[in-house]
Amino acid sequence: MGVMGSFKKFFKRLFNKKNARIGIYGPPNAGKTTLANRILRDWTGDAMGSVSHVAHETRRARRREGVTIQSNGGSISLDIIDTPGLATKIDFHEFMELGMNEAESKRRAKEATEGVIEAVKWLENLDGVILVMDATEDPYTQVNVTVIGNMEARNLPLLIVANKTDLPESSATSIREAFPQHPMVAISALEGKNIDTFYDEVAKRFG
Amino acid sequence: MDLVSEDRLAKMQPVEKIRFIIDEVKDGKILVLEKGLTPEEEATLIEMTMTQIEPDDFAGIEMESYPSQTDKSLLGKLLKKNVVRTRLTVIGPANKLKTLKKDRDMISALVSSK
Repeated sequence: MGVMGSFKKFFKRLFNKKNARIGIYGPPNAGKTTLANRILRDWTGDAMGSVSHVAHETRRARRREGVTIQSNGGSISLDIIDTPGLATKIDFHEFMELGMNEAESKRRAKEATEGVIEAVKWLENLDGVILVMDATEDPYTQVNVTVIGNMEARNLPLLIVANKTDLPESSATSIREAFPQHPMVAISALEGKNIDTFYDEVAKRFG
Repeated sequence: MDLVSEDRLAKMQPVEKIRFIIDEVKDGKILVLEKGLTPEEEATLIEMTMTQIEPDDFAGIEMESYPSQTDKSLLGKLLKKNVVRTRLTVIGPANKLKTLKKDRDMISALVSSK
């Protein structure tokens, strides 16, 4: 840690500055909660929430305060917010196609809309964002474009995560090429692949 | 499909703009906004869309905008707020407009008349 880093740490302690609030964002099923669970399991031994192949499994933002991450001989303490998947449309028929009955599908859709509203509201109260993208999907989704635009407008740090690199059809390169102005790390949150590089980047961007 | 000029939207307050878009899209129109929306307006539009979703009636919107361009001026750094240059945006009902392919400078979409 350099002289500036030591000063920063000293003043942070002196004025008891709150932890940086970092939101985990992304479209539904990008692997946000899988990543949040990975982070918590690695550093607290706990988990954030359940995961599912059905979209909008996370329909309430979950917050974990004071997660201390060790990296490059130093440590940073963050408040992590796992947010519901952002979307511009939610059609209950899609849940029915996955085997849910109509009432259950409508309830899930209603809760998902509330989750999206909550995720959008959190955007205004964060110090930085980890934007999780599914590396098997087209990176130019509207959700990705909107989240990146909001972080750029507010001049807040952003780390892009190209997730699901364990899948053969994944292409982290297409994500890097789509948003070359932001740091990106390719991982598999499920398998823990390249997770140490991810923690190094988290410390660098949000520390 | 309505092509909305920059001047038309510039006369509206942000909340009016979002209300106008939602109302038009719920009426089944597809809007092409010459100057697009700011990222903050896009987020507000997503939020308001969620409040309007009704099963069997309105499933939400399809929105397609190019990644915005940011001017990182010294003033912007000091105020922690950058000037964002917005670009063309297409918005329509989710059951009528579908994005086929999108990249930094090209949007391909399918419009259905159902």
